[in-house]
Amino acid sequence: MAKITVADLSKIKDRVKKETSLTKDGYTVEVTAHLGTCGIASGGDKVYAALQEEIEKSGRKDIRIVISGCAGMCSSEPNVTIRRIGEDAVIYKDLNADKMREIFEGHILNGEIPKKYAMARIK
Amino acid sequence: MSEEKAKTEENQEEQEKEEKKEKPIPYMEEVPFFKDQEYIVLSNKGIDPESIEDYIANDGYVGAAKAILEMTDVEIIEEMKKSGLRGRGGAGFPTGMKWDFARQSVSDKKYALCNADEGDPGAFMDRSVLEGDPHAVLEGMIIAAKAIGSNEGYIYCRAEYPLAIKRLNIAISAAKEYGLLGQNILGTDFSFELSIYKGAGAFVCGEETALMHSIEGKRGMPRPRPPFPAHQGLWKKPSVLNNVETYANVSRIIRKGGDWYAGYGTDDTKGTKVFALTGTVNNIGLVEVPMGTTLRTIIFDIGGGIPNKRKFKGVQLGGPSGGCVPAQFLDTPVDFANVAKVGAIMGSGGMIVMDERTCMVDMARFFMDFIQDESCGKCTPCREGTKRMLEILERITQGEGKHGDIELLEELSEIIKDGALCGLGQTGPNPVLSTISRFRDEYEAHIYDKQCPSKTCPALLEFEVDPIKCKKCGLCAKGCPVDAVSWKKKEVAFIDKEKCIKCMTCISNCKFDAIF
Repeated sequence: MAKITVADLSKIKDRVKKETSLTKDGYTVEVTAHLGTCGIASGGDKVYAALQEEIEKSGRKDIRIVISGCAGMCSSEPNVTIRRIGEDAVIYKDLNADKMREIFEGHILNGEIPKKYAMARIK
Repeated sequence: MSEEKAKTEENQEEQEKEEKKEKPIPYMEEVPFFKDQEYIVLSNKGIDPESIEDYIANDGYVGAAKAILEMTDVEIIEEMKKSGLRGRGGAGFPTGMKWDFARQSVSDKKYALCNADEGDPGAFMDRSVLEGDPHAVLEGMIIAAKAIGSNEGYIYCRAEYPLAIKRLNIAISAAKEYGLLGQNILGTDFSFELSIYKGAGAFVCGEETALMHSIEGKRGMPRPRPPFPAHQGLWKKPSVLNNVETYANVSRIIRKGGDWYAGYGTDDTKGTKVFALTGTVNNIGLVEVPMGTTLRTIIFDIGGGIPNKRKFKGVQLGGPSGGCVPAQFLDTPVDFANVAKVGAIMGSGGMIVMDERTCMVDMARFFMDFIQDESCGKCTPCREGTKRMLEILERITQGEGKHGDIELLEELSEIIKDGALCGLGQTGPNPVLSTISRFRDEYEAHIYDKQCPSKTCPALLEFEVDPIKCKKCGLCAKGCPVDAVSWKKKEVAFIDKEKCIKCMTCISNCKFDAIF
């Protein structure tokens, strides 16, 4: 990457927004794993491993994973946020590997949100 | 409980569960924990902290570009002054003014430093910011460097934060690669080199002069001020030291303007504050609220109140340097001035909630243990005084308190506060003083009645079962690691004092407060 100028900042912004936004031909699902120290300490890495496994098993190439920091509510961790194209995102709480698998099949593959694990919807 | 009764309750629970399932999932803005929060510092949560492009896509480095290309050092500082931002590390010194002192100092070399040595027990705001949004801190430092005329900086981060350090390192190398750090930033003649210095985790190294000694490779001990770091800081060169959260605010202030930031908060303190809400509260986590939000809103609306139907007793603000705010001051709006009025300090943002089962004497003992352990030993009042205070507090919690102990604690506190060299000693006795002033009756109960009203200090408990309160559930017996509790169905439990090791398991297991 060459050194950037100020004009490049907005170019990068536009390009990244384009690349990472959910579209019919690109990614259709975005999964955010909230992996700060707090998330990892409560078992978030195992949840993340289960998620990766499930994605591989499904053979889907249109799922984008983002590893981010703490979502804010430490007592509800591990958290994962899932957004399907054109829908509200849902943030899940108190996860473990099995719940993650159930959510993957329910929400991501079949569009049925397992409400019992959901904490909130995000527009 | 009869079986029938149990069944109806079970049915009710099932019904409630069914009802819950039917309700739609609430939006984030409708969830009490998130509803009253206002995100400035935490506005980027959810982005990929290891991707600089993700940060740029969220308007990252626009503030730095504006500061470097369009603003003079004086203009940046004016904007900071207009914003009213006060240092978020605890003391609340106006950031713009601090920068102005360093700007006016004439020197061939100046340093911009970041204090990421978060050491208060129960505080985790800075760690979360570094792990979730490291570029925001970098950007704030770049702007500060431009404002004071510095070309080199350090982030002093404790080695206990490996993930924060990893993500900071990734962020720094990405920023260098993109030409946002290093030589000739954005093609201008402004250069700024930034590196991380790993601290070994000594609490005193959060004190500015001790922190600078530590970076110099010396033992982390404070020195008297003046000279202040703005004139003689790191390697005797003018330096600016700000906390992680302060820097995370800076990029947003420069991007959106000082007036925008000053629109949040109170007359005394502008903007928002991130608190680490923890202790006996239902929702533990990071809370960012506008200054002026009341403690009640933070603890009961956002925090969801106290678990197990227990009563709120107090909240410790400012960690080991702060004070305990009791229930009658719950409606205090949180800003620097108002928190000081009720005998605590804002501190870096640790907020430890305590319920009726927390013993205030034991809490004061815990913090004094921490302070005397972390005292660097340079000055006598702190080194010797905190040790003696701890001894007295330990004696009181052991049931060996003597007449005059409270007065002696008060006297020692005043001497340490007046005589200690740095903030650690000067504020160390605060938890003791504030608990004595708010909960003197608890100290007296320990000393004169040999009782711990909150049932926390094992030496002052009988470990007997109250036959009236006991519901014969057997939870106490199930938890006992040495089989000292004998219990049969429908019988009051009995504790064998010969076998009992006073581990407190039965007491914390008992839901009916029946063991005393």
